[in-house]
Amino acid sequence: MTDPAAPMEEAVTVAAAVAGTATTIEAAEANPLRDPRDKRLPRVAGPCVMVLFGVTGDLAKRKLLPAIYDLGNRGLLPPGFSLVGFARRDWKDQDFAQLTHDAVKAHARTPFREEVWKQLLEGIHFVPGEFSDEGAFDALAMALNEIDQTRGTGGNYAFYLSVPPKFFPVVVEQLKRTGLSDAPEGSWRRVVIEKPFGHDLQSAHELNEITTSAFPESSIFRIDHYLGKETVQNIMALRFANNLYEPIWNRGFVDHVQITMAEDIGIGGRAGYYDGIGAARDVIQNHLLQLLALVAMEDPTSFDASALRREKEKVLRAVRLPSDLKAYTARGQYSAGWQGGQKVVGYLQEDGISPESTTETYAAIKLEIANRRWAGVPFYLRTGKRLGRRVTEVAVVFQRAPHLPFSKTDTEILGQNALVVRVQPDEGITVRFGSKVPGTAMEVRDVSMDFAYGESFLESSPEAYERLLLDVMIGDPPLFPHQREVELSWTILDPIEEFWTTQGQPEPYESGSWGPQSADAMMARDGRVWRRL
Amino acid sequence: MTTFMLSDTTAGKISAQFTHLRHQMGAPAIGMVLTLVVVCEERHQYDALRAATEAAREHPSRIIVLITREPDEAIRLDAELRIGENTPGEVVVLRLYGELAHHADSVVSPLLLPDTPVVVWWPGVAPEVPSKDPIGALAQRRITDAKGFDGGGVQSLVTRAKGYARGDTDLSWARLTPWRSLLAAAFDQPVGKVRKGVVEAAAGHPSAPLLAAWLSERLGATVKVTDSDGPGLTAVRLQTSDGELAVVRADARLATLCRPGQPDRNVALARRTTSELMSEELRRLDSDEIYEAAVKRFARTYKG
Repeated sequence: MTDPAAPMEEAVTVAAAVAGTATTIEAAEANPLRDPRDKRLPRVAGPCVMVLFGVTGDLAKRKLLPAIYDLGNRGLLPPGFSLVGFARRDWKDQDFAQLTHDAVKAHARTPFREEVWKQLLEGIHFVPGEFSDEGAFDALAMALNEIDQTRGTGGNYAFYLSVPPKFFPVVVEQLKRTGLSDAPEGSWRRVVIEKPFGHDLQSAHELNEITTSAFPESSIFRIDHYLGKETVQNIMALRFANNLYEPIWNRGFVDHVQITMAEDIGIGGRAGYYDGIGAARDVIQNHLLQLLALVAMEDPTSFDASALRREKEKVLRAVRLPSDLKAYTARGQYSAGWQGGQKVVGYLQEDGISPESTTETYAAIKLEIANRRWAGVPFYLRTGKRLGRRVTEVAVVFQRAPHLPFSKTDTEILGQNALVVRVQPDEGITVRFGSKVPGTAMEVRDVSMDFAYGESFLESSPEAYERLLLDVMIGDPPLFPHQREVELSWTILDPIEEFWTTQGQPEPYESGSWGPQSADAMMARDGRVWRRL
Repeated sequence: MTTFMLSDTTAGKISAQFTHLRHQMGAPAIGMVLTLVVVCEERHQYDALRAATEAAREHPSRIIVLITREPDEAIRLDAELRIGENTPGEVVVLRLYGELAHHADSVVSPLLLPDTPVVVWWPGVAPEVPSKDPIGALAQRRITDAKGFDGGGVQSLVTRAKGYARGDTDLSWARLTPWRSLLAAAFDQPVGKVRKGVVEAAAGHPSAPLLAAWLSERLGATVKVTDSDGPGLTAVRLQTSDGELAVVRADARLATLCRPGQPDRNVALARRTTSELMSEELRRLDSDEIYEAAVKRFARTYKG
């Protein structure tokens, strides 16, 4: 064999053969060492390269690089796995390695082990350049080609665009021009993009045009890190693996649902991104509507991507906006105040924010779902910054018992039963129900019963990004929203945003409080109150 | 942490004391998912309990350590209760004296958590047929450790195969998971037909013949075991129609994967602590059919 390219070609084809199928049933048939009954063997990705754009960003340092190390530490990275950084820095491989090393040391969840680091280090490369620089992308293509030869990664590349969306067109164009987006027969190319997926239906659509011009929809992985969280996945286990809840999971028993994501921090250094976007686009459009879909959807026929996405789409399609947007939406903007014992400035005083900004930092909306299961059951969604406490939860609040055989005074302080999925922090599930107060009188009051992940399964539960990065490398898409879901979410939010632009300044609320008056008034109109968090 | 000693006691008093301590401390015992019974000798107690409490951070458990003492002494049950010690669960160390040693199940069964799985672990010597043992019979999952038999580890695996029942498993099998995972990943790419192979390990290492048996069973080729200087497993070499596929690990931390027509690559492959092995064991409580096939194949071919 005199042709020097031959061994490389061989490596490409063999590595590629497995790439799409690692750990699936087909792989088990092709691989005598795999067996579906062998549950100890973990899902391991096939040989591949991860190309990270935006390595100096906060997300890369705090989440992505540590998550890659943690995967390695759990033995889930394939032999030969390589990590290529691309950024506008005059760096060599070792500078990027140093950045990775520091990020891992500071933020990895698993202990630092020299041998794992050594394995990772061997595959670390860096390509310097601007996104507009054609030469830099040619260099990237050459570097990847070389990695295929020296590391046996078989032409399987995942491109992670951890960069602001305005750079997507140019990066995608470069990947297309250099042919990096076209997978040769038997290998794969995938692109990973982060929210925001546009700022309205129109822009989401345009963004999608750009990505789909280079990558087929099946190769696009949109990361909503909430969907990688154990608790969020557990919503499906809770609903569909148990028989206890499904019979009451409908309008016959549920009074209403509250989905909350509260943050105690302000906008921090994200002024440039946040101003003009606001709380609803930043959080409701993706995280909260995805949570709504998981809570409200019908049972999927299986947990594969298409079945799951179909059910989520169906329920998003059934979402109805209130006819009176003024009465049933609320928005606010934090003003100066005290948050958790610290004096903090208002939104309009934050660095880089115009004093006339009408961007909301708090948003609450009421939605209904027009189907047989949910007709007439309101879903209240709220999110805000600089609220009293950091908490994300889904609370399903049940109707009161139809008849109470107790005297009115005995049940005076009895609330409604509730099932709360606590997403973060303190992941777990709470059930609230009435119980007799010890004593001679028959007095009934609310108590809660907790299931805490912190106690039961904490150690092994991986970071959301670990799970999602592994899914990208394996090519397993159920936890990634489809473009149709993204567009449906914008269809829900766009009319609200449009209405809000006519309403002038959002109502101020004091930092450290639980949002503006109008949000409480919105609930009061329905005779309900927000859960105190 | 609260420790409470009860001397010359009964299972009923221990239960009552647990309830009392829990009320006194608030409610630290919510969400326990299983009962882990550790049957061991006094000299293994410290290490075994440490591994068990660490594993319990992932799987909150009531841990019952069962130590049988002098059978000639008068009948007595001593108990040491610990709550809130590096573990979200509860720990009780039981010491059985005299004739009571033969009736340990009468002490253990009232202390099991209701309606949750029970796992028994023998860090040292285990009974011949774990599922017929009075304590083993209480459990869904029975974990032995061939390494605990000191020199007789390999021989003990034959006993395991003879006395196998669904739910049996051995830590020498759990030690192999990273190796098996790496080998399986190597086989995700076509490697050609395997003709024969060899597993190299420190002499008398019980995991080595198990790995060889698993490979033989799955690949339909003869895989032998040869001795090396260790530590632990040091290499797996498989002769395929395309050349040699090898995983070599000399320092018990970093392995090299060599395959025909491809560059050598390093992969982290560290030996794991007992607590990590126990965490893996407790993750799935159904029976391990792959282990069953491997250990039975080993016993069929063993000439010792």
